Amino acid sequence: MAAPQVHHLFHAPINDHSFSADRSTLAVTKDNNVELYGSSGGAFRLQDELRGHDKLVTGVDIAPRSGRIVTSSQDRNAYVWEPSRTGEWKPTLVLLRINRAATCVRWSPSETKFAVGSGARIIAICYFEEENDWWVSKHLKKPLRSTVTSVAWHPNSVLLAAGSTDGHARVLSSFIKGTDERPEPSAWGERLPFNTVCGEYLNATAGWIHSVAFSPSGNALAFTAHDSSITVVYPSAPEQPPQAVISVSTQLLPFADLLWVSESEIVCAGYDCEVYRFGGSVSGWQLTGSLEKASAGAGAGAAREESALNMFRSMDLKGRSGGVDDTKLRTVHQNSINSLRAYQGGGTGQVSKISTGGVDGRVVVWNL
Amino acid sequence: MSQSLRPYLSAVRSTLTAALSLSNFASQASERHNVPEIEAKTSPEVVLNPLTVSRNQEERVLVEPSVNSVRVSLRIKQADEIEHILVHKFTRFLTQRAEAFFILRRKPVPGYDISFLITNFHTEEMLKHKLVDFIIQFMEEVDKEISEMKLFLNARARFVAESFLTPFD
Repeated sequence: MAAPQVHHLFHAPINDHSFSADRSTLAVTKDNNVELYGSSGGAFRLQDELRGHDKLVTGVDIAPRSGRIVTSSQDRNAYVWEPSRTGEWKPTLVLLRINRAATCVRWSPSETKFAVGSGARIIAICYFEEENDWWVSKHLKKPLRSTVTSVAWHPNSVLLAAGSTDGHARVLSSFIKGTDERPEPSAWGERLPFNTVCGEYLNATAGWIHSVAFSPSGNALAFTAHDSSITVVYPSAPEQPPQAVISVSTQLLPFADLLWVSESEIVCAGYDCEVYRFGGSVSGWQLTGSLEKASAGAGAGAAREESALNMFRSMDLKGRSGGVDDTKLRTVHQNSINSLRAYQGGGTGQVSKISTGGVDGRVVVWNL
Repeated sequence: MSQSLRPYLSAVRSTLTAALSLSNFASQASERHNVPEIEAKTSPEVVLNPLTVSRNQEERVLVEPSVNSVRVSLRIKQADEIEHILVHKFTRFLTQRAEAFFILRRKPVPGYDISFLITNFHTEEMLKHKLVDFIIQFMEEVDKEISEMKLFLNARARFVAESFLTPFD
């Protein structure tokens, strides 16, 4: 397995990052702005900055086909950025009509809509209204009882999964007449008018849900919660209890994000600063290992070799008798991982490379 | 390190490591605000159950986690009146310089001698495992410091008393 590519961009937390479809542009959140990096050779160089928000930017997503960028922020706004003819990025304000922070944003696979989760117990489904030349929104609010922490789209662009700090992961319909085509009936539901609740799953300890995601086929839902567990739900038929709800609890710290690699594999990352793999199917899931293993082994050997030198050095410089310097963690990320994205592959195929963005200001590309 | 101190500190260490899983969470109660939820207590669902780790009747640690902040309160051992005064003076000295300590709370939680308030901004700026190390080291050192001060105070008292009473010999 090749070593991961580490890009240390700056010393500030990265809440979210997104690559363009050709992987030449990387958008990362940095405080109140979004920075666009272009790849040149093996490194990323700062190209442009999207300024406009006046509070922390919480989410960024690049639409793969149209190249439009949507950003959400704690200042209650979302902007859609489009490149103008001169090469500058032009923002368009979205009428979100929310009065608390926007927490996450994702384009639908059809790219005609996007969902913005918020602290106002609302998910705003935004779509473009031709006659007014404006992005307007419709609100999903019925069963939500706390801040929405993450949203994820079903491949049919109608169903939306949402995780919230009230401990529930929900599957809701965001069907908008005129924008969407009538979806094929699936295990989640047959008739799907706006704000239909197709599924509501409570975490066993009512822990906050950190992330949700549909499997590539859309026939399973996975979510991670603050009790360090990951749960996979397989629905059976509309209005019926699910076929299987598989919950895997771990001894690790909670996972902040998850990504389906294929129908039978999930990768998770979070407060342990490591990326973990889970494998399984409808009959059961388990933790299969970490992506870090190969590099950690080499690190341990090196640490042993240098320990005598480090011991005397730390005695000399820091007045400590303790052996090695333990400031640096063994993992690639030196602080929690916030976001996990497919870098290569995805859609219906297998993901072969993933990227992670962390609080330490690093974006790392991993080979699976 | 004494035998009972080691399991006590390791329990505190693992509690703190788990509690420091913080994220940036904007207030649900007031618009455009971002406040430590453990202090504001405006949304009960984002505050976790508090946990007390105690070594004996006198020494204990209270860890109160929430979605974006953790409050850690220490009760330092006070065997007698002198130690009580020394602990009070010592914590007062520290809390008056709270800005320099970043994570120190200006006022301890009732029933405790000193409190720390760690928010997501601290875990973003500083290394998480080093913050845990700092609190553990503080707990290790503070007992030593207090007993050293007590010895010094007793020695000084004896010296003062001796020189004061010399003329009456």
